[in-house]
Amino acid sequence: MKQKLVIIGAGMASGRVIEHLVEDAPDAFDITLFNAEPRGNYNRIMLSPVLSGEKTYADIVTHDDDWYAAHGVTCRFGEHVTAIDPEMKVVAGQNGHVPYDKLIIATGSAPFIIPVPGKDLDGVITYRDLDDTNAMIEASAKGGKAVVIGGGLLGLEAAAGLAERGMDVTVVHLMGHLMERQLDEAAGYLLRKDLERRGITVRTQASTKAIIGDGRVEAVLLEGDETLPADLVVMAVGIRPETRLATDAGLSVARGVEVNAQMQTSDPDIFAVGECLEFDGHLFGLVAPLYDQAKVLAGTLLDQAAAFVVKDTATKLKVTGCDLFSAGDFAEGEGREDIVLRDPARGIYKRLVIEGDRLIGAVMYGDTADGNWFFQLIKDGTEIDEIRETLIFGPAFQGGDTSDPLSAVAALPREAEICGCNGICKGTIVDAITNGATDLGAVKAQTKASASCGTCTGLVEQLLQVTLGDDFQMPTAQPICGCCDLTHEDVRRLIKSQELKSQDAVWQELGWKTRNGCHVCRPAVNFYLLADWPLEYRDDPQSRFVNERKHANIQKDGTFSVVPRMWGGITNPAELRAIADAADKYDVPTVKVTGGQRIDLLGVRGEDLPFIWADLNKAGLVSGHAYSKGLRTVKTCVGTDHCRFGTQDSTGLGIRLEQALWGSWTPHKVKLGVSGCPRNCAEATCKDIGIICVDSGYQVSVAGAAGMDVRETERLCDVETEQEAIDVTIAFVQLYRENAKYLDRAYKWVDKVGLDWVQGRIADPDERQRLIEAFELSQSIYRKDPWAEHATQAHRYQPLADLTLEAAE
Amino acid sequence: MNWIDIGHIDDIPLRGARKIKTPLGCVAVFRTAEDEVFAATDSCPHKGGPLSEGIVHGQSVTCPLHNWVFDLNTGQAASEDGAITTFLVLVQDGRVLIDGAKLDSRSAA
Ligand code: SRM
Ligand SMILES: Cc1cc2nc3c(=O)[nH]c(=O)nc-3n(C[C@H](O)[C@H](O)[C@H](O)COP(=O)(O)OP(=O)(O)OC[C@H]3O[C@@H](n4cnc5c(N)ncnc54)[C@H](O)[C@@H]3O)c2cc1C
Ligand code: SF4
Ligand code: FES
Repeated sequence: MKQKLVIIGAGMASGRVIEHLVEDAPDAFDITLFNAEPRGNYNRIMLSPVLSGEKTYADIVTHDDDWYAAHGVTCRFGEHVTAIDPEMKVVAGQNGHVPYDKLIIATGSAPFIIPVPGKDLDGVITYRDLDDTNAMIEASAKGGKAVVIGGGLLGLEAAAGLAERGMDVTVVHLMGHLMERQLDEAAGYLLRKDLERRGITVRTQASTKAIIGDGRVEAVLLEGDETLPADLVVMAVGIRPETRLATDAGLSVARGVEVNAQMQTSDPDIFAVGECLEFDGHLFGLVAPLYDQAKVLAGTLLDQAAAFVVKDTATKLKVTGCDLFSAGDFAEGEGREDIVLRDPARGIYKRLVIEGDRLIGAVMYGDTADGNWFFQLIKDGTEIDEIRETLIFGPAFQGGDTSDPLSAVAALPREAEICGCNGICKGTIVDAITNGATDLGAVKAQTKASASCGTCTGLVEQLLQVTLGDDFQMPTAQPICGCCDLTHEDVRRLIKSQELKSQDAVWQELGWKTRNGCHVCRPAVNFYLLADWPLEYRDDPQSRFVNERKHANIQKDGTFSVVPRMWGGITNPAELRAIADAADKYDVPTVKVTGGQRIDLLGVRGEDLPFIWADLNKAGLVSGHAYSKGLRTVKTCVGTDHCRFGTQDSTGLGIRLEQALWGSWTPHKVKLGVSGCPRNCAEATCKDIGIICVDSGYQVSVAGAAGMDVRETERLCDVETEQEAIDVTIAFVQLYRENAKYLDRAYKWVDKVGLDWVQGRIADPDERQRLIEAFELSQSIYRKDPWAEHATQAHRYQPLADLTLEAAE
Repeated sequence: MNWIDIGHIDDIPLRGARKIKTPLGCVAVFRTAEDEVFAATDSCPHKGGPLSEGIVHGQSVTCPLHNWVFDLNTGQAASEDGAITTFLVLVQDGRVLIDGAKLDSRSAA
C-alpha cells in the first residue's frame, strides 16, 4: 500500500527529493505538497537574473503544473501549514488537515529583519522569493534611489540588479569589506571597485540606526546621524532557518531543526531537508549541500542506507562582470602559508592558503577560471608539495602542457566536480556527451549540470569541446591559446591602447599564465608588437617559426630550400648562371620552377645556408621570402613590353610593387598579381591583391586566394595612374598589418571587417597618407635582405660542438 | 660522470637552441628565457623533426614539423605518446658542460 508523504515547503531542497522519489520509486508514496508561496518549485537562485532582467520567471520554473500532475503530486500552493501534530500524525493547513505516514519539513529560511524603527514601512523589502523580486522590479520602474542594507551575496545581487534597472543604488554594509565571510580584504576591495565602476555607492562600516518615513520609506539613518535618501530599501542582512512549526510541534530545534545523518528529526517519522535544518552544528545557505541532503533523504525514505556528510562549498557571485570565487578556509593562521598573485592592471587577485602540504583555501577575483581545479585540490586534500611553485598558475601550467587551450578542463580527473550546485562531476557529463548530448541544452537536461546557478556553463561548454572536438562550435570568443584568456582581437587592442611595447609587458599586463607564451601565441604577439611599434620593438627571431628564423623553408628531412627573388618574375643570364653554379657547388638535389615565377633550390643542408646565400648575393640575388608571413611574389605578365594586347606596363608595375613591399612582415603571406589586360595571364584575380591594367588605368582588387579556399578578388577601387595603384596597394597592406588577426589571410580579414570599411579607409585621403607613411616607417627597418645579414654569421648555422671528433681522439 | 665543455652559454640564443654532434647522433642544447640549459636528442620521435629548430617556450620546445610539444625536464611529449631522451647539462662560469658518460654509456649499450 502507498504511504502518505506530506511535504511542507515546495522549495529547491524538497523539489529535489520529489524528483528522486518519482524516479526511483514512483509507486511508493502518495505525495501532498504544501507551499506558502502561491506557486510550485522554481530555481530560487536565479531570482537575481530575473531582477536584472536577463531572465523571466518562466525561464526559472523547475516544475510546472503538468509535471506535478504527471507524477501524481497533490499540490496545495498558497496554503500555509499552521501546525504539526506528531502524535496524531496530521498537519494542519489553512484549508484543512492532512494525515501523514511520513512528513518532511522543508520550510527553508526567512530573511532576517534588523529590529530598527521604521522596518515595517512601505517600500522596505527583503529578498527571498518571487514576490520580493517583483516588488523590487515594480519599485525600480519609477527610478529614484535604493539603499541595500547588507553587502553579502544577496545584497550585492540585489544592488546590481537594481542598478541594472536604472536606480541609484547605495550598499550599506556593517563590516569593513564586502562579503567578508567569503572574501578576504584584497578581493573585497576589487569587488568594491567593480561595483563602484558600475555606479553603485558602497558604504562599509556603516550601521543602520533607523528607517525614516511617513507611511512610506524616505531615508535611511546611519549611526553617526548621516541620512541616505531612499525610495526603496532592501534588507539583505542574513537569513535564519524557518523553524517555527518544528518548535511548536516539540521537535528538537537548535538554530535549525536538528537532524541526524539520515535527515531524521527527533521524531522518527518526521524528516527535514534544506536550509531549515541543522546538522552537527552546521547550517546551510547554498544549494549544493541541500541537493546532497535531498539525495540522502530520498534514500532514507526508500529504506536505502545513506548518510549525509558536510563538504566544503565554493562561492560565486552571479553579477555579470564581477568574477569571484572562494572556497575553503582562508583565514590567516599559525603555520599557514599564502601564495598570492596580483595583476593590478586587469584587476586580478588570487590567493591560495596552504597548510602543511595541502591547499586549504582559495580566494580569487577577476579570473576565476581555475577555481574548480583549486576547489578539487582542497576537497581531495591532494598533496601539493611537488607543484607548490607553479600551483597559483593553475592546471594549465602543470606538466608543462600549455599548448592546449582546453588543457585545464582536459586535465581534470573524471571525479572532478564541474557543477557545484548539483554535484555533477566531469565523468557524468562526458558520458552524457558521448551518449548523444551534444549541446549545452541536452547536457543540462540529462545531467542537470549548469541547470541551477549557471556559473559552470563555460566549463560544460569546454567539456563539450574537449569531448566532441571540431564537432562542437564554441559559442563565445576563443582565447588565443591556453596561455591567456584574451582573444587575438583583445590582445591587439590592448597592445595599442596600453602602449605595450615588449613581450614582457604583454605577458605581465595581459596576465599570461605561462612564462613566455608558446608556439601558438608568441609568434602572434611578436607580430602585433612589431606591426604597432616598428621603432620601439624589433622582430624577435626566437618567436618565429624556424622558416622565418632561418630565412629558408625547412624540408621534411631537416634540410632547407632556397628561393631567391626574381623581381616581377624577370631574370637574366647572370642570375641564372649564379643559381646554376650554386646548385653545383652545394650539391643541390632538386632545382624547380615554382608556381610563383621563380626558381627553388631544394634540399640544402642547414650548415651550407650562409654560404650559398653569400654566393647568390654576389650575383645580386636576395631572399625571396618564400618562407615568410610577408610579401611572397608579385606575379606579372609581359604587358606592353611585348604583348599585342597589353594596355600598361604590367611587368614594370609588378617590379615596382615588389620592391616597395618586400621584407615587410604581415599577418599571413601576401601575394600579388599584375596582368596587362583583362585576359589576366598573371592570375591577378586570385591573389591577395590583384591589379588588372586597362586602357583607362588600373583596376585594383583585393582579398582573393587560391589555396585551401579559392576566392576571386573583389574590386577595391579603380585608379588612373601607376603611382595611385602603388599607393592604394601599400595602404591596403598597411591596413591589413594594423588590424588583422595573426594567420588570417587578407580575404579572411576582409570577410570580418567588410569590404566597405576597407574601401572607406583607403578612399579617405588623410587616412591613405597616414597608412603609407606608417608602412614606410616600418620598411625603413625591414626592407633589406636578411640573407646578407645572416651570411655574416655563418658560425650560428654550425653545430655548437662536435663530440664525434672528441670520441675519436 | 664525465663533463665535457661544449661551449659558452651565450653561443646559444636565448629561448633558442644549438645542436651538437655526438656518437649518438645530434643532441639539441636549449637555453630558456631564464638561462636554464637543457639537452635532448635532436630528433623528434614523430617524424624526425629537428627539435633544435623548434620554438622554445617556458621549459618546453615545439617541434618545427608538426608541433609536438616536449617538456625539456622529462622529455615527455604533451598529449602525445612519445618522448625524447634527455641528457644532463650544467652551466659553470658561463661554460656549458654535458655529461659525456651518459652519451658514452648509451653508445656502448
Ligand atoms: C615552392 C611552392 C610550390 C612549387 O613548387 O611551386 C610552394 C611550396 C610551399 N607552399 Fe605554397 N608553394 C608555392 C606556391 C603556392 C601557390 C601558387 C601561387 O603562389 O601562385 C599557392 C596558391 C595561391 C595562394 O596562396 O592563394 C600556394 C598555397 C599554399 C598554402 C595555402 C595558403 C592558403 O591561404 O590557403 C600553404 C599553407 C600556408 O601558407 O599556410 C602553402 C605552403 C607552402 C609551404 C611553405 C609549406 C610549408 O610550410 O612547408 C611549401 C614549402 C615547400 C618546401 O618544402 O619548400 N602554400 N602555394 C610554390 C612557391 C611559390 C614561390 O615562388 O614563392
Ligand atoms: C536571491 C537569491 C540568490 C541565491 N543565490 C544562490 C546561489 O547563487 N547559489 C546557491 O547555492 N544558493 C543561492 N541562494 C540560496 C538558495 O536559494 C537556497 O539555499 C535554497 O533555495 C534553499 O532551499 P530550501 O528548499 O531549503 O528552501 P526554499 O527554496 O526557500 O523553499 C522553502 C519553501 O517553503 C515555503 N514555506 C515556508 N514555511 C512554510 C509553511 N509554514 N507552510 C508552507 N510553506 C512554507 C516557502 O514559501 C518556500 O517556498 C540564493 C537565494 C536567493 C534568495
Ligand atoms: S601543395 Fe604546397 S604544401 Fe602541399 S605538398 Fe605541395 S608544396 Fe607542400
Ligand atoms: S616530426 Fe616532430 S612533430 Fe612531426
